[in-house]
Amino acid sequence: MSSCFQTLSDYGLRSIGYGERLLPKTDITLCEQFVLIGSGMIWNIYFAVLALFLGFFFATVLALGKNSNLPLFSAPCRLFIFIFRGSPLFIQFFFAYDLFVLLPRLGFDIDLGFLVVTVETRWFTKAWLGALIVLFFNTSAYAGEIFYGALRAVPSQDLESADAFGFTGIKKFRRIIWPTMLRLAWPSYTNEAIFMFHATTLVFFTGFPAWQQKGDAIYYASYFADKTFNPFIPYPIVGFYFIFLTLLIIGLFGLINRRLNKHLPTNERKRLRFNKYNLIR
Amino acid sequence: MFSYCVDPKSIEGLMWLSCYVTTAKHMSFYFSFLVVMGLLSLAAPLAMAFGFAGATASRSTFRIIRSLGKGYLAMIRGIPDIVFFLFIPIALDQAFEYLRHKVLCSDVTEPIRQGNDFVVCAAAKLPLNTAGEWVHDIYGFSLALLAFGFVFGAFAGNVLSGAMAAVPKSQIETGEAYGFSQSQIFRRILIPQMWIYALPGLSNLWMILIKATPLLFLLGIEDIVYWAKELGGIKTGVYEYPHPDWRAWYFGVLMIFYLSLTYLSQSLLDKISARLSQGQATMAGKAG
Repeated sequence: MSSCFQTLSDYGLRSIGYGERLLPKTDITLCEQFVLIGSGMIWNIYFAVLALFLGFFFATVLALGKNSNLPLFSAPCRLFIFIFRGSPLFIQFFFAYDLFVLLPRLGFDIDLGFLVVTVETRWFTKAWLGALIVLFFNTSAYAGEIFYGALRAVPSQDLESADAFGFTGIKKFRRIIWPTMLRLAWPSYTNEAIFMFHATTLVFFTGFPAWQQKGDAIYYASYFADKTFNPFIPYPIVGFYFIFLTLLIIGLFGLINRRLNKHLPTNERKRLRFNKYNLIR
Repeated sequence: MFSYCVDPKSIEGLMWLSCYVTTAKHMSFYFSFLVVMGLLSLAAPLAMAFGFAGATASRSTFRIIRSLGKGYLAMIRGIPDIVFFLFIPIALDQAFEYLRHKVLCSDVTEPIRQGNDFVVCAAAKLPLNTAGEWVHDIYGFSLALLAFGFVFGAFAGNVLSGAMAAVPKSQIETGEAYGFSQSQIFRRILIPQMWIYALPGLSNLWMILIKATPLLFLLGIEDIVYWAKELGGIKTGVYEYPHPDWRAWYFGVLMIFYLSLTYLSQSLLDKISARLSQGQATMAGKAG
């Protein structure tokens, strides 16, 4: 058991470059598989959380844009959503990576006042930025379509009441339209969040290299499957981690869902449950 | 291809391009688009079969079959499909070889798992070492196809079981009142009635299936992604047709291919859905 603690301290943060450098090669133990694959989950969580967080705001903008009466706003939003929803994420990764590789190698300084950060274009070819951008655009497009659908479904009485109370512009959107839009979209958005977590497993199978063998959960799982030639241990471990994560997301989004539905009579509230979520992206 | 292509170094412009895009390797690239279409046309019915079996099993009155069916439908909710795509082909391959080893080489006493190796006798290998290249290709493609059928079967099973649950209870009860047996109710009422509820989910699933086809690359198949990487990479002077890094162009072509495929599918599915909604007591049916 104590050796498993040793493994934990050696490989617990291996995926982000701390601890033992060399990966286990022979006599691979169950503990090592559990710890390293778990360590890889850091990347899956990093990608999904950041992409979803940033995507949430961009998706709102896209939904409003697509709903606009002005073709100047609606056309680009429609095109963006069509491109990212109509093509496979897998191809988007390859395409983006190959575009980023073609960028000229430049660096420019950003003065933050107390600190000067040199931004380099080669960062785009690294997974932490390049893949994140692709995932961010992808989830924005899917969530944008969900929000757009919900926006169209906001009851017209709500809008009329808002007008009657003299709400206009930003205030009308923030107080009336936006909460209702979110409430209507939330079950589908939960579904999208789960899919986003699952989609992060693609990152290291595309052009983006796992630098110094710092990869995500499935990168280590396929490493172990190759080394031990036994797929029956590492892949179920990944499955275990993801089921746990999925339940966690449903729980977390369920709490937000409860808050969004707070004002409704109890029989009209919709609960989020594992065997009820919509499953189709 | 063309007669003037004998010495590509001496030609330029459009002539060079026409020779370049008709090389033998490009022909393999074009053929791999057909492989994608083939996969789609085989995986869709296979997934429907798996899904139908799963959905039926999850409604079974036998407890073991029911929990197996429910487990099959539920696992896809929690676990990323990529895990199954990586797991199923090797797992199946090892399972087949294990069984063949037990049957064909029962005299071998050494264990199959020796440390990090999986050792079966030569006669149990799949495909046999003596088999031709095309047998290996077909075998690999079949394993990939099974993985697609299994994963998308679980998706389809969820859609179908949802559709079965959506069929109004009163229709089932009417069947019972007329003295139908359980299997008659299933065949004559539940199945014909569920399709209209399953259609939106199934059309969505078709779009997901299209967008999952490039994952063939992960399974070691020489598909469009493989050829785009292969052909687009930098070709130095030692090659017949030298060119810089053109991978972005090749993947751009793949993007356009998939966008047109999903666009066409969507417009077709919209038409079908409008046709099937005609006369239904729904908003879409009354509008038409």
